[in-house]
Amino acid sequence: MSVESPGGIALGRSGNPAVRRWQYLLFAAPALVAVFLVIVFPWAFTVFMSMHDWGVVGSRTFVGADNFLRLLSDKRFIESIGHTLYFTALAIALPVVLGVFAAVVFHRNFPMRGVLRAIFIMPMMATPVAIALVWTMMFHPQLGVLNYLLTSVGLPPSLWVYSPATVIPALVLVEVWHWTPLVMLIVLGGLASLPTEPYESAVIDGASAWQMFRHITFPLVLPFIMVAVIIRAIDALKTFDTIFVITQGGPGTASETINIFLYLQAFAFYDIGYASAVVVVFFVIIVIFSLILLWARQRTLWVVDN
Amino acid sequence: MRNFRRSILTSRRTALGMGAGTAATLIGAPYVIRRARAQSDFDWKRFEGEHLEVFLSKNPRSALLQEHEAEFVELTGISVGSEQVPEQQHRQKQVIEFTSGSTSFDVTMTAYHVQKRLFAKGGWLEDLRPFLEDPELTPPDYDFADFSEGSVAYATQADGRMDTVPFNIDPWIVYWNQDLFAEAGIEYPDTYEGMLEAAKAIHAPDKGIYGVVSRGLKNANTPVWTGLMLGWDMEAVDAEGMLTTTSPEAIAAAELYKTLNADYAPEGVVGFNWNECQTSFMQGTVGMWIDGLGFAKPLEDAATSKVAGKVGYGVFPSGPTARHSPLFGSGLGVSAFSPRKEAAFLYCAWATNKVNQVRMLQSGAGAPCRNSAIFDPEVLASLAFPEQWAETLVESARIARPGLPVIIPVSEFRDIYGVALTNMISGADPAEELASATEQFRPVLEKSERA
Repeated sequence: MSVESPGGIALGRSGNPAVRRWQYLLFAAPALVAVFLVIVFPWAFTVFMSMHDWGVVGSRTFVGADNFLRLLSDKRFIESIGHTLYFTALAIALPVVLGVFAAVVFHRNFPMRGVLRAIFIMPMMATPVAIALVWTMMFHPQLGVLNYLLTSVGLPPSLWVYSPATVIPALVLVEVWHWTPLVMLIVLGGLASLPTEPYESAVIDGASAWQMFRHITFPLVLPFIMVAVIIRAIDALKTFDTIFVITQGGPGTASETINIFLYLQAFAFYDIGYASAVVVVFFVIIVIFSLILLWARQRTLWVVDN
Repeated sequence: MRNFRRSILTSRRTALGMGAGTAATLIGAPYVIRRARAQSDFDWKRFEGEHLEVFLSKNPRSALLQEHEAEFVELTGISVGSEQVPEQQHRQKQVIEFTSGSTSFDVTMTAYHVQKRLFAKGGWLEDLRPFLEDPELTPPDYDFADFSEGSVAYATQADGRMDTVPFNIDPWIVYWNQDLFAEAGIEYPDTYEGMLEAAKAIHAPDKGIYGVVSRGLKNANTPVWTGLMLGWDMEAVDAEGMLTTTSPEAIAAAELYKTLNADYAPEGVVGFNWNECQTSFMQGTVGMWIDGLGFAKPLEDAATSKVAGKVGYGVFPSGPTARHSPLFGSGLGVSAFSPRKEAAFLYCAWATNKVNQVRMLQSGAGAPCRNSAIFDPEVLASLAFPEQWAETLVESARIARPGLPVIIPVSEFRDIYGVALTNMISGADPAEELASATEQFRPVLEKSERA
């Protein structure tokens, strides 16, 4: 209460802090209403639906925790959590590693750098569904270009998305191609903001390129990498379009992530109550995930005087 | 033919062939293009000035309706806004709009093999029987008796309601590569056993040649298995509504499906829907392709297909006890929430009139439901496709029987058994997979019948 805000001065006449708080609330009300309507209400309604047997036709009956118990014993759902985590881990790690590498490369000065940077970020601009359709063709085991390339250098052909064993890494390949440029852009921004002095003194001390990267660049740019990781994590967790278009969760259920499972329950089976239960569980998983990421981000911030 | 007669006596849901008797009387009746407008004093213009929204599933048949839409507008003075949406999204949007209690469309397209029972349960489509009996609404030359017995049975609900008029049927056939068959020195097979032998004779994966291809992708693959099951005179859900999916016949059909796809199909078939199958077959590397009959047009297009002019069209082979062609189909209905139901019905009547049904056949967009279109030699002679295609169409229509069970949770059925079938291709045991899938699906089916 020690800070005197401009609002408080303008309202002037009322000196009582409690009254003033109510006056502030009046200004916050429109935002509160909007938040309630678009966030709180749908969320509460989803929880409400998740406790009902809710189809599109027929009656709606209260079933308590039945949907959640069913989820616990639903092998497909448990597997879909595993698929989601596997996909997410790969879809964060690979683009981040490659993106940081690309950023370091593009941070150097070399001829045609601008043009090459522009070419490198082009995949990011394409529509995910269109990309997915093109990759589907490229993955084709007999007619796809990927197997043509493999066999023309003497490697055995792969089944890519057509085998349960390789489907998730193959899907991650699409993600890597699509989103590595975004990581590169974020990290490149970070690199540009770094001071040059530490490098100058490192050069004088005879540090190698790797030592400079490991002990100067990497720690300094880590907060930016964390931002990229968080953005990638959000994108990877919610990936739906590429998986749905390329495999629809198949072969069988080998690439069925929580999103695909959820979509199937809600929009193919019209089992709205069960789908809502999936949403609630997914929400809890996302909250846990975010807390971990926020904690990790705190640890990477440049905190010197603490 | 004998099989057809027998099955009609033995199963209540089997009356889906083309009505051989009706067919015989209609063969030879000359096909005359008659402008509907020329007909007597029927008042086409009674809803002049109204506007209709028509919601179509994306396919060549819908495209044909849109192409000739101006004809309807001129005939009736009703303006039309029509939209084609890809199948899956079309089905979802319908359900979402219907459950909301008001629809943005007046006329919509229904896939019988997926939506028939669901729509009946929701009461979402208007019963068209009163309209069909009303001489002021049904043009005198509409001739409802002209629709094949099978398609009318497909369009009729269990309680006798007709919430759609039949639009097209899609019996499954076998496309076969004449060159590969000639090279192997074999004929098109008549039986499942013969099909296996043919696949074996042609299959040479080292050379990039494969015996057979059919859908392996989960959900899309289920009709292949239920279709094969018809050869044992067995549907996945029997007349009493009980699942037959763990019967010896169902297991035998699954074994056959597994052998065809695991041993004689291209690698990766587990992820193939019809379009990947089509691509493989068009490359000339596959002996046989099992699917719906609507693919003649792309296969015979020399610009994109390496097998143009070399495609054989075969009737679905005979199983150990019966010969049937798995049947799918769609109709046009009027939304129960539409404020313009009568005008909407006029559109349905126009879209399924003789001229439009003949157009569908002539352009190769699909198989129409009117006997006058299918069995007219003049129409058949005017087709741009090989004679064998037309013969196969006629014969398939005659032995057709629903390819999927007529139940409410068709999507769950396709999904759960589809996963089981993909597992089989990857090596799992058919009997075990079917048992576990049935265990999963039975409660879903029971719940849907109870609710």
